[in-house]
Amino acid sequence: MRKKGLARIAAAVTVMSLLFTGCGGESGGKDSGGGSELLNVSYDPTREFYAKYNELFLEHWKGEGGEEVTVTQSHGGSGSQARSVIEGNEADVVTLALAHDVTAIEEAGLIEDGWLDEFDKESSPYTSTIVFLVRKGNEKGIKDWGDLVKDGVEVITPNPKTSGGACWNFLAAWAYQQGQDGGDEEATKEFMKKLYENVLVLDSGARGATNTFVENGQGDVLIAWENEAYLSMEEYPGEYEIVTPSVSILAQPSVAVVDANAEEHGTEEVARAYLEYLYSDEAQRLAGENYYRPSDEKILQEFSDQFDLDMELVTIEDFGGWDAAFETYFDDGAVFDEIYSD
Amino acid sequence: MEQQIVKVKNKKGVRVIPGFGLSMGVTLAMLGCLVLIPLASIFLRASQLEFGEFIQVVTSRQVVSGYVVSLSCAFFAALINAVFGIILAWVLVRYDFPGKRLMDGLIELPFALPTAVAGIALTYLYSDQGWIGALFDKMGIKIAYTRIGITIAMVFVGIPFVVRAVQPVLEKLDREYEEAALMLGAAKLYTFFRVILPELFPALLAGAGLAFARGIGEYGSVVFIAGNIPYETQIAPLLIMTKLEQYKYADATAIALVLLLISFLLMLLINSIQIYMQRFTKG
Amino acid sequence: MEKKSERAYGRDVVGDGLHSIQKVIEPRKPYSRPIVKYILISVSVLFLAVMLVIPLIVVAVNALGDGWAAYREAILDEYTVKALLLTLLATVTAVAVNTVFGIFAAYLLSKFYFKGRQVLATLIDIPFSISPVIAGLVFILTFGNIGWMGDFLKAHDIKIVFAVPGVILATIFVTFPFVFRELFPVLNAQGKDEEEAAALMGAGGFMIFRRITFPHIKWALLYGVILCTARAMGEFGAVSVISGHLRGKTNTLPLHVEILYNEFNTTAAFAVSSILVILAVLILIARNIVEWKRK
Repeated sequence: MRKKGLARIAAAVTVMSLLFTGCGGESGGKDSGGGSELLNVSYDPTREFYAKYNELFLEHWKGEGGEEVTVTQSHGGSGSQARSVIEGNEADVVTLALAHDVTAIEEAGLIEDGWLDEFDKESSPYTSTIVFLVRKGNEKGIKDWGDLVKDGVEVITPNPKTSGGACWNFLAAWAYQQGQDGGDEEATKEFMKKLYENVLVLDSGARGATNTFVENGQGDVLIAWENEAYLSMEEYPGEYEIVTPSVSILAQPSVAVVDANAEEHGTEEVARAYLEYLYSDEAQRLAGENYYRPSDEKILQEFSDQFDLDMELVTIEDFGGWDAAFETYFDDGAVFDEIYSD
Repeated sequence: MEQQIVKVKNKKGVRVIPGFGLSMGVTLAMLGCLVLIPLASIFLRASQLEFGEFIQVVTSRQVVSGYVVSLSCAFFAALINAVFGIILAWVLVRYDFPGKRLMDGLIELPFALPTAVAGIALTYLYSDQGWIGALFDKMGIKIAYTRIGITIAMVFVGIPFVVRAVQPVLEKLDREYEEAALMLGAAKLYTFFRVILPELFPALLAGAGLAFARGIGEYGSVVFIAGNIPYETQIAPLLIMTKLEQYKYADATAIALVLLLISFLLMLLINSIQIYMQRFTKG
Repeated sequence: MEKKSERAYGRDVVGDGLHSIQKVIEPRKPYSRPIVKYILISVSVLFLAVMLVIPLIVVAVNALGDGWAAYREAILDEYTVKALLLTLLATVTAVAVNTVFGIFAAYLLSKFYFKGRQVLATLIDIPFSISPVIAGLVFILTFGNIGWMGDFLKAHDIKIVFAVPGVILATIFVTFPFVFRELFPVLNAQGKDEEEAAALMGAGGFMIFRRITFPHIKWALLYGVILCTARAMGEFGAVSVISGHLRGKTNTLPLHVEILYNEFNTTAAFAVSSILVILAVLILIARNIVEWKRK
């Protein structure tokens, strides 16, 4: 009985294992192959833009005599999208919210060094900035960053530790207060502490924060990307106003060819062309229509009614680049953790 | 316990029921391939940390407060689910009333609804601007963006566990016990607590344990209704996400490992009780 | 059937599938104390209304927020349909695998005593205790580029994560214990005397299972399959980590909902979620038909 039992266990184990490996192999094979296909791994609010841009590009590519190509899109939070590429999501190009995420892919060895200078304007074909979204009438009279720390003002912003976009919010506020305090670090920290004390809900992502503010009616002001603020205005006409602070930051979403994957798929040429074409007049205009600031000065001027072009914009370089900014502000135990530590 | 096993074997000599080898083989093979082998990767990754580092990660103030929030909210959620779960199961099995079928069918819906949608809908309802939240707001109770909100989300995702664990046992429960007890003059409440509850207890415990475990790990729905303010309403799975966003896989798996260990020990306890009770009642 | 005495339905008759359903249907006359009954029913109704029905109404209201035309458009969208098909594929596979597993494991753990039963039972429960985020990560750390099997899979050109097999694996993983969990308490409560008696009388394994064990568990099995189906359809966290969000390829319905939501397309997001609710309701109706036919 005993022996027979053991023999049966062994038999069953073998059969099941064979079954599983068999399944894995079969379904795996089905997905590979498939001709010229471009996978663009992007972040959340770019979907409409890329849906239209892909059409534009395919037309252009055909006109140039390029071979048939299909573009597949993937959208999600910028950080987790970058992670998925590192973990094996075989993107040919990435179009993410901040250079830091692209650098992470570079460090994993998938993107070659020097990607930042591969395309114009530090590889960011369109930019955005950080603005305030307030409720119609702006009862609390919010005009600038300084108003956000006043008593009784409730602020909604995502957590910079889980949302790449929220890093821009933090840095923009920091840059403003540095200007006020004449560069005094401690005073600025104190200001940031007050600001985050006024934060009612610290959502994990930008979209969640917008939802908290818009759908659930929490808070007086939402610190948001300009393009997302416009999307909310569009969805709920007449309910909100955009307030542009005196100082903000130039948010530069980054694009790059994922060299290792493109090489493997033989899509280097089309991947390059895909990103290059983002700088064409047509694509730049399309970006403007989707509330991104075109990086082409001439076309940006065409949208001067839409965007406040007088804001003072600092850049990430003023903070010594992303690596330095993360080390100083967002890593474990850095300034952001300090703010919350007591 | 050792004695028990020996006793059983001695009594029967050999296992009489056939199918031990086959069912053991299938169980182990599937468990191994689908759960244990992938799971080993967590240990592998967490072991990249030195022991000191591991301790440092899992005992940092933020992480500990995350455990406390997750565990306490999950505990209360499991408790609420246990109480209402047993009432629901009782009502569904023992009573007849219009709309019973509908009620029975609703139980699984929390599973089918993607957790993110559940979280969004619950927040919408329970924020101080929402239908239900506004009522409580008048009484000065804030639900969304507090630990109460987290608990509610966890109750939502755990509803089916207790009901569906208790229901089949209650259906199979021999009514003769109760009838005998009643006929012998036992009061109704006494019958319930002394005759029925002990029978249901293992299933109840298992269901509540599952609801608890699910609550600890729940992310999608809770993250919307929690304010996510550090030290106040930040749940442990959110901290795992935070670590991942910083590409700290080892740290993330370390936090996960601790959560896993807590649930594992709890479930082990529950399973032991369940199996012990079975021996106790059925010999 | 009417004539069956008050006490008969409490008795276990081997091979008779009727008793359990009768318990549900027969009104309980000797017990009924109306006040208790109505209080308990009211409590149940209130609890479900506040916790479940009203949130579902929120989903429905939002789904139809832009009218029927917008709703139709959202659910007939090409990507929605593709996501639906993938969700169905993952669900059916997961339910099939977990049912087979659940039956074998519950039989094993309730009919045989061996050392380590508790540990084995608890190991089976692990997927419940794991945060869905980690459940997805587990497969990434195994089969992904950074996983220990990553190089091997890459060399053989097998794609698991960020492809359909990964989505299915993650779905199986998170729903793994469901059927087992439903069957185990029932079989445990039933004990093993009947099986032992049958075995001593010379019945074979399959015969014992079909004639003795199965009649006891068939309702629990049905519950288990339904729970498993519901959970598999709605799974979000684990699949989200592993799918790569490739639109039209590895997006399941819940992921599609999230993407629509993140694109500020709230109405469409809720419309697509309502498909999942409708599917769940369809399963419920199917179950009721099965139960009704048995009657």
